[in-house]
Amino acid sequence: MRNTKNGRHVLDISRRGLLQGASALGAAALVGPLGTSYASAAPKKGGTLRVGIGHGNTSDSYDPATWTDLFAQTFSAARCGYLTEITADGSLAGEVAESWEASDDAKVWTLKIRSGLEFHSGKTVTPDDVVASLNHHRGEDSKSAAKPIVEAIKDMKIDGSNVVVTLEAGNADFPFVLSDYHLAILPSADGKIDANTSDGCGGYVVDSYEPGVRATMKRNPNFWKEDRAHFDGAELLTIADSAARQNALVTGEVDVIDRVELNTVHLLKRSKDIKILATTGTQHFTFAMDTRAAPYDDNNVRLALKYAVDREELVEKILSGYGEVGNDHPIGTSNRYHASGLEQHAYDADKAKYYLKQAGLDSLDVSLSAADAAFAGAVDAAVLYSEKAAAAGINIKVVREPNDGYWSNIWMKKPFCAVYWGGRPTEDWMFTTAYASGAPWNDSFWEHEKFNKLLLEARSELDDAKRRVMYEEMQAIVSSEGGVVIPMFASYVMAHSTKVAHPEKVGANWSLDGFRCVERWWFA
Amino acid sequence: MIAQRIGLGLLTLFVISLLIFGAIELLPGDLAQEILGQSATPETVAAFRRELGLDLPAYERYLGWLGGVLQGDFGNSLANGRPIADLIAGRLGNTLFLALYAAAIAVPLSLALGILAALYRNSLYDRAVNVFTLSSISFPEFFVAYILIFYLAQSGFFPSIAKITPEASLAEKLYRTFLPALTLTLVVTAHMMRMTRAAIINLLASPYIEMARLKGVQPGRLIVRHALPNALAPIINVIALNLAYLITGVVVVEVVFVYPGLGQLMVDSVAKRDITVVQAAALIFACAYVLLNLTADVLSTMSNPRLIHRR
Amino acid sequence: METLISILFFLFWAALVIAVAALAAWLFRAVIIAVSPKNLAKVLRTAPLTASFGMLIILIYVVVSVLAPAIAPFGEREVVGGEYLPWDSTYILGTDNLGRDMFTRIIYGARNTVGIAFVTTALAFIAGAIFGLLAATVGGWLDQILSRIVDVLMAIPALIFALLLLTIVGTSIINMILVIALIDSTRVFRLARAVAMNIVVMDYIEAAQLRGEGLWRLITREILPNAMAPLVAEFGLRFCFVFLAISALSFLGLGIQPPTADWGSMVRDNATLITFGDITPLLPAGAIALLTVAVNFVVDWMLHRASGLKE
Repeated sequence: MRNTKNGRHVLDISRRGLLQGASALGAAALVGPLGTSYASAAPKKGGTLRVGIGHGNTSDSYDPATWTDLFAQTFSAARCGYLTEITADGSLAGEVAESWEASDDAKVWTLKIRSGLEFHSGKTVTPDDVVASLNHHRGEDSKSAAKPIVEAIKDMKIDGSNVVVTLEAGNADFPFVLSDYHLAILPSADGKIDANTSDGCGGYVVDSYEPGVRATMKRNPNFWKEDRAHFDGAELLTIADSAARQNALVTGEVDVIDRVELNTVHLLKRSKDIKILATTGTQHFTFAMDTRAAPYDDNNVRLALKYAVDREELVEKILSGYGEVGNDHPIGTSNRYHASGLEQHAYDADKAKYYLKQAGLDSLDVSLSAADAAFAGAVDAAVLYSEKAAAAGINIKVVREPNDGYWSNIWMKKPFCAVYWGGRPTEDWMFTTAYASGAPWNDSFWEHEKFNKLLLEARSELDDAKRRVMYEEMQAIVSSEGGVVIPMFASYVMAHSTKVAHPEKVGANWSLDGFRCVERWWFA
Repeated sequence: MIAQRIGLGLLTLFVISLLIFGAIELLPGDLAQEILGQSATPETVAAFRRELGLDLPAYERYLGWLGGVLQGDFGNSLANGRPIADLIAGRLGNTLFLALYAAAIAVPLSLALGILAALYRNSLYDRAVNVFTLSSISFPEFFVAYILIFYLAQSGFFPSIAKITPEASLAEKLYRTFLPALTLTLVVTAHMMRMTRAAIINLLASPYIEMARLKGVQPGRLIVRHALPNALAPIINVIALNLAYLITGVVVVEVVFVYPGLGQLMVDSVAKRDITVVQAAALIFACAYVLLNLTADVLSTMSNPRLIHRR
Repeated sequence: METLISILFFLFWAALVIAVAALAAWLFRAVIIAVSPKNLAKVLRTAPLTASFGMLIILIYVVVSVLAPAIAPFGEREVVGGEYLPWDSTYILGTDNLGRDMFTRIIYGARNTVGIAFVTTALAFIAGAIFGLLAATVGGWLDQILSRIVDVLMAIPALIFALLLLTIVGTSIINMILVIALIDSTRVFRLARAVAMNIVVMDYIEAAQLRGEGLWRLITREILPNAMAPLVAEFGLRFCFVFLAISALSFLGLGIQPPTADWGSMVRDNATLITFGDITPLLPAGAIALLTVAVNFVVDWMLHRASGLKE
């Protein structure tokens, strides 16, 4: 990937490196990149980490098919092992899969399962468990949220200690897909996993779990990673109210919180016992238009709307500066093939007017649906958008929708609405999920022949330079013709007490160090 | 009369279960869609529905549920398969604990404040108590809670979240839940205190009080011994209403103090359309309401000798 | 020592505020007595200072609501500067999280909030009182049916019921008014019915019936005037509960459509600031509290007059 200097040759630029991942876990470089100030301060063992998380619902369960929010994600990352892990610097490392190798067309992948791994119950982790765990998300009766991402698997075979996966079509990024948080490896019997087991092969053993309230865990004494899992135990708490979360941190009831309320982060920062931690990765906030319906079927209208949003203002006011402006495509600056040379869309009322005129319109009236369920501050963002767009003759009527049922009733139902995307670690995964023709979550219902063709080609292309050219072209297409206004990439903003230490490089792919703060952090 | 009231109460419960079921059916989206959220696809939603029997017609599901309830089986949570009895039991205990705690502070406090306000009506004390209690109910609950957290939790006197574990001692529990109880006290005191004051003052012009006054009864004694007993009926009713509120209406306080009570369970379950849990919670709330009302009626009847001796 | 000074400082300010308020109330009473016709002036002369203070505040709120566009320095939804600007001569109360002028928002908030609260409460009272009085007067099956319906509606926790209904019908202002009015009207119904039950057994009602007065005339002419006092008292509290209901709904993510300013949502939007000791959210909350206190001061005076106490 981007850097290989710390000795991990994970997804190297070379063809061989790309096709072959050999995890170097256990090497000294694991905890943080070399030469950091943390490298000398070796992590200490002990203590119980208490994390206040803004998610979690009483209807949550152990079943990986239903995991959707940060509570389930953080909980399972501490409890379960995955085939692969995205490390803090964004590269890929092996976990349950020790290494992997692909056929030349990237269609057949051979995963070598790490030997000697045990579940908390003492059962050995076998290739059968791996196949059963993946199968839980596949097939006719799967209700799994991860079904679309494992649909590409055509067949799985066990070959000694290897699992051989055959895909429908070549996918050079397949090992990345295996790091998805749903694809936890769980113990199986007769080819099926027990979806409601509390077992796992991660660093922490479940003590108690009360959905929507809390989970407590103890360190797994048999954990195979030697320099991870520093805490003796961990307690995850659901604290839905953001003020309550902050107060819990201020009063020392918890050590770490996620989703700091951005309105007041400047005040929280003043406390000398609290550190704000912000990581910018792939998370982005969007306004999706239904490109099948008038007026959004006209690209001029879409461009007018793209020029009518003041991105800087949104980053400043909605994100309190914790983010970056977006350029109407979903690939962030931390992605491998981010197109940095693309012309940046910026607020320009005249240009917006020009494109309106091109569409044969003098003014435009649209309704924008938003709710804070879409993303924190979505309603405010829509209000600011509407204020600025008025200067270009675009009247945006902001409709505050109920948080309740936003994803089932508003998203992909209303023609123009606010959307949250956690983003995906690879370009292909992101584009395939939300921009490819006919993708279930293509929320702009966008069809672009050239784009779809490029997407297929790039997926099985193994030459890095060629991939870069293709992905950059795709970003240009989405930016100038796509149906989604992407004004901002939002940082994950967390806060922790100064007692908690973390590696200097913190994973930006998801909140809480890529969900793995329990495993990766320690008490100073 | 009580038997009739209980019969009516059962009828009320039945109608409520129908209403809630209907309302959840009318809510856009179902359990499968809400659980999968943004990740839902038509195929996975369909599979989810098949697994839980959500594809059956609504009346069939309702009758199935009703059949179970009549046999004392509330079923399992649709979302995570946990038995509802387990799910609710702990939460109900928490809810009742907090409600009783708050009531134990609020009821004596508001009676005392109300009686004193009636005694020293229109004095500076009366005005001050009125302004204070009225202001405290004009602030939204979560805001009162935040203010208390700012003053009492950030300075380290009390914990800002009411994290209680089953093994905690009573003293520990009382300490950890003090702030939510205080918040609720501030919220309900005004109503009860004002009713106490109004009900007593309302009687002060009646001839028998006038008589007592002319006979030289001390003002304090006049109010406590002569006026209060006759003012009990409306006061009891307001107390019952507020107790019902303490049990059923405190979801916001539960959220702010991260207190795992029934209100939050119900709101969570409504959000995920977990209909069996919603029904169970709604029925418990309704039961609490019906029982408290019944108790209030019986007590206010007993407080009035005329109504007792008529029978 | 420092605490002592700050306490003295606080007491000084409190005394100053009370003195100014009393003076304003006294002047206001003098003015309205002077400009009122004779009959009204006679009634107004009995008003204590608190009541005239209440009337003054209500008048100010009404004037501000009506003249909002003329008074407010900026537009309701206009983004005028950076977010969270401090208080200065341009932005009297600073700016909010989006850089809108806080003072302007509070003034427009008066218009929207008081308007909505008034309409909602009025609707709730019209519906609740009519059905309550009707049920008590007619009795029999009508009473049974209405009372049972109200029982059912009241047994469902209000906030959760509102959440359900608003999610089903959508959160326009009209829907919100109707839903809150429906829920509130059940409380009014109970009160109106209870009060009227005591009145319908009076001799003068029987006399009126024997005179052959129609149902409508009986209710409006004979029963309503005698049931007015407790209903007015209830109005005072219900009025402020509407703000709270809107605020609590916005806590759950429903509420008034932006960018309309309303106090309940403004408290919610800025509430977290209070946990850092920033008093911004106290402004809209204080505006609600002041109005509540004012309305209830006037109500207290009316109650006092209705009770017939002469002191």
